[in-house]
Amino acid sequence: MLLFIALPIVSVVLQSMYAPHEQVVVEVENCDVFGCKKSTMVDQDATRELRDAKPLGRFVGSDIYTNRSHLATSEVAIAWRDSDGLSAFFKDIMNLPFYRAMAFTLTFTFVVTPMVLILGFFIAVAVNSIPSLLRGPAIFLSLLPLIITPLIGSLILFWMIDARGIVGALLQTLAGDPNLSLKASTSLTWVTLIVYGIWHSAPFAFVVYYAGLQTVPKDTLESAMIDGASRWEQIRYVVLPHLLPLTTFIALIQLMDNFRVFEPIMGFNASAHAVSLSYFIYDDLGGETRLLSSAAATSVLTIVGVTILLMPVLIRAWRDFGRKQGT
Amino acid sequence: MKNTRLFLKGALASAVLMAGSSALSTAYAACGIEGGRVSIVGNEFPAIQTVARGAESCAGDGVEVKSNLTADHQKINVAGMQGNPAEYTTAIIANSSIVALMNEDVIRPLDDLVAKHGQDIPKNQLITVNGKIMAVAFMANAQHLAYRKDVLSELGIEPPKSYEEMLAAAKAIKDAGKSEFPIGGAYKAGWNLAQEFVNMYIGHGGEFYKDGSPEPAINNEQGVAALNMMKELTAYMNPDFLTHDSNATGAEMEAGNVMLMNMWGSRIGVLQDEEGAPKEIAENIEVAGPMMVGDSGTPATTLWWDGWTVAKNISDEDAEATFLAMKNGISPSILNDDTMGEAVWMIEGYEPAAVNQGVFASIASGATAYPMLPYHGLMHTALGNEIADFLTGKEDAAKTLADVEAAYVTAAKEKGFLN
Repeated sequence: MLLFIALPIVSVVLQSMYAPHEQVVVEVENCDVFGCKKSTMVDQDATRELRDAKPLGRFVGSDIYTNRSHLATSEVAIAWRDSDGLSAFFKDIMNLPFYRAMAFTLTFTFVVTPMVLILGFFIAVAVNSIPSLLRGPAIFLSLLPLIITPLIGSLILFWMIDARGIVGALLQTLAGDPNLSLKASTSLTWVTLIVYGIWHSAPFAFVVYYAGLQTVPKDTLESAMIDGASRWEQIRYVVLPHLLPLTTFIALIQLMDNFRVFEPIMGFNASAHAVSLSYFIYDDLGGETRLLSSAAATSVLTIVGVTILLMPVLIRAWRDFGRKQGT
Repeated sequence: MKNTRLFLKGALASAVLMAGSSALSTAYAACGIEGGRVSIVGNEFPAIQTVARGAESCAGDGVEVKSNLTADHQKINVAGMQGNPAEYTTAIIANSSIVALMNEDVIRPLDDLVAKHGQDIPKNQLITVNGKIMAVAFMANAQHLAYRKDVLSELGIEPPKSYEEMLAAAKAIKDAGKSEFPIGGAYKAGWNLAQEFVNMYIGHGGEFYKDGSPEPAINNEQGVAALNMMKELTAYMNPDFLTHDSNATGAEMEAGNVMLMNMWGSRIGVLQDEEGAPKEIAENIEVAGPMMVGDSGTPATTLWWDGWTVAKNISDEDAEATFLAMKNGISPSILNDDTMGEAVWMIEGYEPAAVNQGVFASIASGATAYPMLPYHGLMHTALGNEIADFLTGKEDAAKTLADVEAAYVTAAKEKGFLN
């Protein structure tokens, strides 16, 4: 716990409050293959002195958290003061990277999670009711989306929905619009990513629910049948309550996973239309000039976000646990 | 100043062009290394693989040479050179990516090694920063026009010399029903999109920074004009343009959908070869010089070189071994029929082929080199993240440019370039 969870968190929090030293930039003349020209470079000797004096860097406190790439407090304040009307305010806010990412991430999380639960449950019920001979292949087929690595799965779909791909071309024919492109419009990109998210995660809910269905007490079901309960009533009053702890479990994992949505954004090349906090971290760390403090601050914000998101589920699990302990 | 630059460019172009006719120097049988460790990190494309192979041929008898060539080299080279001793003794970089290594102070000046072992390396291959040699370049690259000869000549259109002409040509091609989306653009959000803006902004005569300082200065007339030209071009592009990198635009040209595009010189070879495209398309893909835009007189493209560096945190023996091995990697002995067309080599014995004419035309046209500034990587990232909003119509050009400047300033403040 200490080594793998506490220490990294401390390190990330520390990193997010320190930034690199102020750079000593000097004007120089650079000569390359194409000629000489005036340029600038970092004065390494001066920088080394600064670094040796304070190896952690420059303490900036919460500056990174409040800058434009993160919570953008001053930009939000200005937008609130200057914009006329709520819609103009929201338009300004949605132009800021952090809030734009939150808008997509939360939409994604709160659409995908319930859909995964519902779809997974119905697949499980359906598979459970087919003849046992066909169940093996059915389970295998239903699990396929989960087996495929997310990045590969999204890349395959990316090419299929391309304007010249099989799905993309089919949609164009169906809609009678040769310019229709799932990748060109923001709303259609969101829909694509959400559908992908459901497609990828539903098998997880399915396999958990399917295991749970095997433990539903037969005699309770039989007595319900004798009492004249329909199939739907059996599910509603016997199966669902029995599977409630599993629902909590799947919801917990899914909320956490979906909040960190990343691979589909990469696979679908969707960063022009949809970004997430995880994507920002990748972007900060992958550029030619690395922004470690910015990535650290985004990581801390992700941890805070996941904690807030999981709070209701955790409280509920804790209460259930307490109730069971009490009896 | 301007004259010297022109002179140097002319000298380079003619030096490289004439290299073919000059006498071949002796092949390096032994690299002259007494012992040491050589470890190469670099990008993965044919020309770099050839250089790495050349360096690896020095291995043996107390000399260890290994290489790690990967498209993700920029994610590992700084970290791999920060240790002491450094994991990588040399990084193969371009004029944009050498900056990250210099910012972190992980590469050493090469003056002493050049004095001792590199007297025969032509002066124009030595990259100097503030008077110190920091890298040895071995190839040049640039983006320029690639077009379909058959389609253009059938419609009686000259290959466009400017983006304005490209728009007119695209309209003619579209009107003639030759292609729905005749222009290819590597406008994938991120690095590629930013690169196209850099081209277009330089083509309009724009300056990125307030003179000599890291303060951004792109929210101006030239910036708006550059964005507007990009948007006009997108009208003739596959609607998925924000997901297309140069691999995708290349594939679109090979598929016969794209008739005109701005393309990297180093990627033309794969378009013209037998793989990927039907013969009648492949043999009709031609190159021309870079395109102009507006009336600035500077072409809308940037010049690039690729070269190698030597790590700072390694022993003198390893540094010497690395220098000699890499020098062997770019010696005339690596050139043969297969490797000749892989790049615009700056190596003696190189004979330019038709495929390389676009890059030569770019060098001759007075194009500027991609900015080698310590903070330009941050500008490039900010451009790549913000411009999509303008192209999708979410906001106007001035707002987008203001957003780019704000995003850049935020990053530059964090990095300590701005207060």
